[in-house]
Amino acid sequence: MTGQLSDKIKNNNFKELLKKPEVLTFAGLILLSLFMSIFTDTFLTGRNLVNVARQISINGIIAVGMTFVILTAGIDLSVGSVMAFSGTMLAAGMADWGLHPVLAIFFALLVGGLFGLINGTLISYANMPPIIVTLAMMEVPRGLALLYTGGYPLSGLPSSFSVLGRGYVFGFLPVPVLIMAVVYLIAYILLTQLPFGRYIYAIGGNEEAVRLSGIKVKKYKIFAYVISGLTAATSGIVITSRLMSGQPMAGTGFELDAIAAVVLGGTDIAGGRGSIIGTIIGAFTLGVLTNGLNLLGVSPYVQRVFKGLIILLAIYFSSKKKK
Amino acid sequence: MDNILEIKNVTKEFPGVLALDNVSFNIRRGEVHVLIGENGAGKSTLMKILSGVYQANSGKVLLNGDEIDFSNPKEAQLAGISIIYQEFSLIPYLNAVENIFLGREYKKNGVLDKKRMTEEAKDLLDTFEVEIDLEKSVNQLSVAEQQFIEIAKAVSINDNVLILDEPTATLTNQETEILFNLIRNLKEKGVTMIFISHHLEEAFEIGDRLTCLRDGKWVGTENISDLSEKKIIKMMVGRDIGDTFPDREGKYQKEIMIEVNDLKRNEKEEFINFKVRKGEILGVAGLVGSGRTEMARALIGADKVLSKEIYINGKKVEINSPSDALDNGIGLIPENRKSQGLILGLSVKDNISINSLDKILKSNLFINKKEEKKRSQKLVEDLNIKTPSLKQTVKNLSGGNQQKVVLAKWLGTDSNVLIFDEPTRGIDVGAKLEIYKLMNELVDMGISIIMISSELPEVLAISDRIMIMHKNKINAVLDNNEDVDQETIMYYATGGEQYDRAT
Repeated sequence: MTGQLSDKIKNNNFKELLKKPEVLTFAGLILLSLFMSIFTDTFLTGRNLVNVARQISINGIIAVGMTFVILTAGIDLSVGSVMAFSGTMLAAGMADWGLHPVLAIFFALLVGGLFGLINGTLISYANMPPIIVTLAMMEVPRGLALLYTGGYPLSGLPSSFSVLGRGYVFGFLPVPVLIMAVVYLIAYILLTQLPFGRYIYAIGGNEEAVRLSGIKVKKYKIFAYVISGLTAATSGIVITSRLMSGQPMAGTGFELDAIAAVVLGGTDIAGGRGSIIGTIIGAFTLGVLTNGLNLLGVSPYVQRVFKGLIILLAIYFSSKKKK
Repeated sequence: MDNILEIKNVTKEFPGVLALDNVSFNIRRGEVHVLIGENGAGKSTLMKILSGVYQANSGKVLLNGDEIDFSNPKEAQLAGISIIYQEFSLIPYLNAVENIFLGREYKKNGVLDKKRMTEEAKDLLDTFEVEIDLEKSVNQLSVAEQQFIEIAKAVSINDNVLILDEPTATLTNQETEILFNLIRNLKEKGVTMIFISHHLEEAFEIGDRLTCLRDGKWVGTENISDLSEKKIIKMMVGRDIGDTFPDREGKYQKEIMIEVNDLKRNEKEEFINFKVRKGEILGVAGLVGSGRTEMARALIGADKVLSKEIYINGKKVEINSPSDALDNGIGLIPENRKSQGLILGLSVKDNISINSLDKILKSNLFINKKEEKKRSQKLVEDLNIKTPSLKQTVKNLSGGNQQKVVLAKWLGTDSNVLIFDEPTRGIDVGAKLEIYKLMNELVDMGISIIMISSELPEVLAISDRIMIMHKNKINAVLDNNEDVDQETIMYYATGGEQYDRAT
């Protein structure tokens, strides 16, 4: 096994490796971390790094579903709202209807998956453009969440439920980070080991050719949106547990962070190319940037400008390479 | 003799490929110079260097005696070298005038001078002796008309050297004739043309001299009047290729493999009924637009139909989507491999295995990658696909090899009925012969083939029976025997009636 691996590394010369967009982002992430380690005392401490990982877990999980969708040459703008609605339904399940937390979690996932199913069905079967469908679906779940809660946070959750957002395993690993790791592992297996993953890439590359090859393109595209709904709901579960309340206005603007992570990670916004490893690197890059700038005492307003510029820079390099 | 272009020791290297190797030859002023060579011979690369898309690694090109060094196609165009690609660069929603003057519109007092542009465009097209509706947006015009507009645009900018990259590939015979008239016309006006083609007879009809490239090297430049078809083929493949078509014995079996009944796409059409036997090649001939591709797409469920009954081995099957077709062992190798057959950004292996992944699962869930590699490798070897590795992106393969990848994909599915739509369009003689041989092997294995083709020699050489379509209906089905020739097929393809034929 190790022999095979070292052969592989030898064959893949350095140039070949540099061609992968996620490698470039990874190099950027290392540089950024180095910079922060030198210019702040606190960045390179175990405690802070764990913090960064926990902070990115919400966005990191949403970005997984976004990766699937973008790989099919689609987009999902509804994730922030779906996350909020799943979160409030979870809170409502426990606080208002007295559901067992496990059941309530399944219910929240069901809600997220259902919105994904609606998005995917409209896009696949009604041939509506993804950007419009999911733009409209930014409104529906958000509205439903506000309608149910009257605009107020929904609290009164059983204290045991806080473990998902606030707990630690082995004393140091935050549960949200563990959940994120599991989600990434599943996504990695789906994308690289299953026919489904291959179809996702292929559909983004040339949907018509895949359809004429006899692959059920519509079905798999719907799956991609369902996965996006499920990961949004998963984030909703984590954030509800962390805040110990259902927040109808949670996740506003999160769709943009998720897209940023995916694109920073080298996934082609036009579909067909990219990787889930890239997405986690992208999410970490955004996280380190925010964390480092906070430690440096940079104002949050300036941070937004920085974040935008970094994303532009990353896209600039990846579009240049495509040529 | 006066040379307008001198190509001197041009070499171009891509990572891992020497696309052009020390190529030298001259283009004379005012000639039609045919450039020929198999796919991957380096024709396109050379043309892209001439037109400023690529830059050579070494060597030089002289235009009117001056060395050229274009960094983009626009510079080349202004200097007098224009290229007309197979895929046009017209803006679909603009009309002919707007397209011709795109980017260099005439203005009067700051606003567009439409009158002047329309008049000039009209004059230009008049000298071409073609009539085109200047008001229509170009996407409503025929392929040929669009091509003429593209040529008009190039000529109106500058008319030194015009490169035509397989201009006839998508044209009907009549349209090709009009194009040739246009070429003769332009030649009289002193335009030099480089004409890339796979059709040897076109070289004889239109060309003055011919240059052949093979594997990136210059093979020869000759006067066409000194050449024969055999000689050119020998230049292209570097050996005597013998026959252009393999022998066909026609030993199909009696049993019917597939029966199509009452296929009808809409109310205006008549029912389509036909059968294909086990191990038979049914050639489908007809003019462009006669409904052959539409019939095939309807058959496999890619497009909606009003009615359709399909029997495989005598058993009725429901085919409402290409995926149903795959499940029932029917595959379509589509007409346009780039837009319909391949996922250009994925590897050779991923393209080949895309619709047979279900067959090689581990624990009913995971792709068995070892098996996938093995199967793909075997198909690459069986079909003699020239690729540096299984990981190569199919975008980087030549046309013939791309076509073989599409074929390999379907062979990997163990389908019983394969529909080939224009299987040899745009590929070179060598690859064509390989594909014919492969079709022969397939029918020997009992597979049934439906071959849609616009090349009549191909239809006549390969088919056991020939079905001729005209205006979305089957006009005749003939046993392919000595009595059937190109004239017979054309007779039915243009709407000739059965009982008239004796007279």
